[in-house]
Amino acid sequence: MDSVLSPAAWLLAGIQALLFTLAAPLLSGWVKKVKSRLQNRRGPPLLQPYQNLWKLFGKEALVAHTASPVFRAAPYIVFSSTWLAASVIPLIATKLPTAAVADVIVLVGFLALGRFFLALAGMDVGTAFGGMGSSRETLIAALAEPAMLMAIFTLTMTAHTTNLSSVVDHTLESSYSLRPSFLFALGAMLLVAVAETGRIPVDNPATHLELTMVHEAMILEYSGRHLALMEWAAQLKLMIYGVLIANVFFPWGIATELNLGSLAIGLAAITSKLAVLGIALAVSETVLAKMRLFRVPEYLNLALLLALLGIFSHVILEVGA
Amino acid sequence: MLQLSLTEQIVSVLSAVVLFSSFALLAQVRLVAAVHAFAWQGALVAAVTALMATVGSEPHLYFSAVLTLGLKALLIPWMLHRLIRRLALDRHVETIPYPALVILFGAGLVLFSYWVVLPIERLGFAATRNVIALTLAVVLLGLLMMVVRRQVVSQVIGFMSMENGLFLAAVAATKGMPMVVELGVAFDVLVAAVLFGVFFLQIRESIDSLDVDRLNRLTEAETE
Amino acid sequence: MEALIVTLSTPAVGALLLALVSNVTAAGWLNLMLSGLSLGGSVALALGVLSAGPLTRHGFHIDAFNVYLVVLTTLVGFTTSIFSRPYMLHVCAQRKISQRHMRLYHSMYQVFMLTLLLALTIDNLGGLWVAVEGATLATVLLVSLYRTPEAVEAAWKYFILCGVGIAQALFGTVLIYFAAQHALPDPSQGLTWTVLHTHCESLHPTVMAIAFVFLLVGYGTKVGLVPLHNWLPDAHSEGPTPMSAVLSGLLLNVALYAVVRLKMLTDGALAGSDDPHMAGHLMMGFGLVSFLVASLFLHRQRDIKRMFSYSSIEHMGLMTFAFGIGGPLATFGALLHMLVHSLTKSAIFITVGHAAHIAGTQTIDRIRGLIRTQPSVGWGLLIGGVAIAGFPPFGIFTSEFLVLVATMQRWPWLSVALLVGLGVAFAGLFRHLHPMVYGAKPEGQEPVPANMIPVAVHLGLVLWLGIASPAFLSHWLDQATQLIAGSGLL
Repeated sequence: MDSVLSPAAWLLAGIQALLFTLAAPLLSGWVKKVKSRLQNRRGPPLLQPYQNLWKLFGKEALVAHTASPVFRAAPYIVFSSTWLAASVIPLIATKLPTAAVADVIVLVGFLALGRFFLALAGMDVGTAFGGMGSSRETLIAALAEPAMLMAIFTLTMTAHTTNLSSVVDHTLESSYSLRPSFLFALGAMLLVAVAETGRIPVDNPATHLELTMVHEAMILEYSGRHLALMEWAAQLKLMIYGVLIANVFFPWGIATELNLGSLAIGLAAITSKLAVLGIALAVSETVLAKMRLFRVPEYLNLALLLALLGIFSHVILEVGA
Repeated sequence: MLQLSLTEQIVSVLSAVVLFSSFALLAQVRLVAAVHAFAWQGALVAAVTALMATVGSEPHLYFSAVLTLGLKALLIPWMLHRLIRRLALDRHVETIPYPALVILFGAGLVLFSYWVVLPIERLGFAATRNVIALTLAVVLLGLLMMVVRRQVVSQVIGFMSMENGLFLAAVAATKGMPMVVELGVAFDVLVAAVLFGVFFLQIRESIDSLDVDRLNRLTEAETE
Repeated sequence: MEALIVTLSTPAVGALLLALVSNVTAAGWLNLMLSGLSLGGSVALALGVLSAGPLTRHGFHIDAFNVYLVVLTTLVGFTTSIFSRPYMLHVCAQRKISQRHMRLYHSMYQVFMLTLLLALTIDNLGGLWVAVEGATLATVLLVSLYRTPEAVEAAWKYFILCGVGIAQALFGTVLIYFAAQHALPDPSQGLTWTVLHTHCESLHPTVMAIAFVFLLVGYGTKVGLVPLHNWLPDAHSEGPTPMSAVLSGLLLNVALYAVVRLKMLTDGALAGSDDPHMAGHLMMGFGLVSFLVASLFLHRQRDIKRMFSYSSIEHMGLMTFAFGIGGPLATFGALLHMLVHSLTKSAIFITVGHAAHIAGTQTIDRIRGLIRTQPSVGWGLLIGGVAIAGFPPFGIFTSEFLVLVATMQRWPWLSVALLVGLGVAFAGLFRHLHPMVYGAKPEGQEPVPANMIPVAVHLGLVLWLGIASPAFLSHWLDQATQLIAGSGLL
């Protein structure tokens, strides 16, 4: 691959990773804004998440005296693993040097690593809420991960590669665009994304209602820069799922050549795709009510079923037997 | 790789959605919602038929599509709906034992039907041959629904969704059956639907419930 | 052709007429006359076909195989209508069935006959399916005629199980049409049996093999093959007795007829493949299992009609097995068995109707001393039981003997299973029959007005067939054997 050697391409990959990280709070702010508008409120300004992060970074990080080193290390591990995951996902262009490691299984692994430490941190201090949050998070993850992997396998079976960048390229080149398997995989991915990023109806990011919270329960003990990193990681995760869905299922517009024009188109494309996804998320959060925890397995079973149907319909309908 | 025209792609997407609607029927515990899902399935089958008619320029399929739409998507759901209201089952919620297992078993049936139809698909007679496996799966899922559901109305919906699968099979495999046969089948389905209505009332009258588990007087067990 | 029109249109017109006649007595007579007319038509049709060869016209196909079943169907339909007239009058008075329901009964009786005759004569596999499904729909309301919880349950089971089964058959039919699309010069004729049969070696073997499995499961449900038999004892025991007689004697035959017709196609298509006898082997397996299971179940029955319906399953299993063996000898035996079983079983059900009438119940334990109360019914049941158990000199002995010889020739080991099954069934039947016929007569059990003429006619025919099968009938069955097995026996 020529691009591996080209310094410009490496630079571009760096910029893309940085852009990913920097844009993540904006996406959260956008969802929040749209949601407020839908509920006839004015809502916080679009850039509010940045101000929150800035403020938290400036504050002192208090740590409970029962906390172990895991508690202190967790925010850094969670943030960096999420960021590593983010940096390999094709955002505005596909043929970048980082594409070589953009393997979906690696990606899922990074996310799992982050979640593992998040759950550990939740339990570390020994408070009731942290443990509860961790146990719920692992319950959800245990059900969501197989569904996500299967949805992704559907795509990789179609493209005959587990490399995300190649999957995107394959979809762009194929004339067979309306695939039933993609439809099901998309459904499964949407459901999994909602569960994994802790949105309604699985979890509610906006409240600290003690009986229902999952993600918030785990990071309850954090403050200052630790909390900032945790929140940022959560925003990054939302962005990761958004970009995955946008670029894998609707890759049109992404830059396949590294020139300024197509990069600009790529940037505009991903911005508008994420904006639309954000609106969709806000609408669904407004329309749906949070469900009780013991119904979450049913919800994730649906995701699993969709992913399974995706694989089946790929094998049955699309492989030219 | 398979080369399909856009319409054929839409056909396969829609048939995949028909399969999904079968799963929705299987998992749906609220009767009224199940009737709606059934109506949607009928409408999807009609849409697939109409598209097939465009692909193969088979004008008689348009007629079949209209027939299906009228019968499976409008008339029979309407009859079921009316019966449900008449029997005051609007708010009836069924309990399915082990719903996740049922769904998994359903997924197994999809694989099974693929395995059954695989030798036929290898023949490669038609571009839409792959749909045959899905239609068999719809038939078997309807059967599964009749097995796991204990409520008379849901059993009937399972039965009718089997018919949907069969009809789709005929459309996908052979561009529809000869007109006479298709009319005969439609007539049989209609009569069956009317008879089902009669039966609801008879069963209700005789056991004062529509729960099939209470139809248990005739067994081989030696009870006195 | 005129004879066919008479045979088919009589029940069609009759169904409409009877739907309007509200006088029960008149309806009974009209039903009888219509059935007689249909019988006359079918005999004329048979004479025509036997002298002039197969008739294929206007979507109908009549050859030696189905014309003999047409005659059998109309004959049993006629004799059952003789029995049905006074019996239903009695039931009507006793159970207080409304006139509306009696109208339904008589009308549906004719619709049922029509669907059976259509299924037998039509030259189209789709039409065959529609007719067989129609036969279910026509009888399902008759099974629940008495509106007892048991009857409603039986009808529901019958409806659902047969509906599910027959759906599999439709899938098989679709697959055959699919195979035909690529084998026939004119694909639009892809469901016409005669066309398919002439081109059967060019039908794709894999598709036909899969199709046959579905068709066997589908029509096999109607035949009453284990494990799809559950509806049969219920429907037979809870419906009105004339219904049991025609269901057992006719519907099962028609379903088996469909299976055999489709086996002919499948065998033709599979002739050059690795497993040319796949269809036959499947039928042998299903048939043998049904035969053995049903003969065991005979022992535990408490309801007399249920017991004889298990006996029907047993005999249908034997026929399926025999058709599965193939070859002239087994096929001839199976055809003869179809004939004698129908005659005997409908005679038995008619007798059982009277017996249940005498005792006021269908429970075996409470039917006692028939021969002392009313010798005609007692003797009828005894002779019917002897005949159905396969004793010489009755026709069932002859046909079972032929099947057994064929089994010994082709599959010697399976003849052991057959003999054991026959023995077990015999023991099961007589264990129950003996006390019912000879046991002590309960206090106050009175004879009832019984019409034993149909029983006498049927059993007389079966006896005649057992002692000396008339030459024209043997020749006739041999023609049918020739069609199915490729070569005649005689």
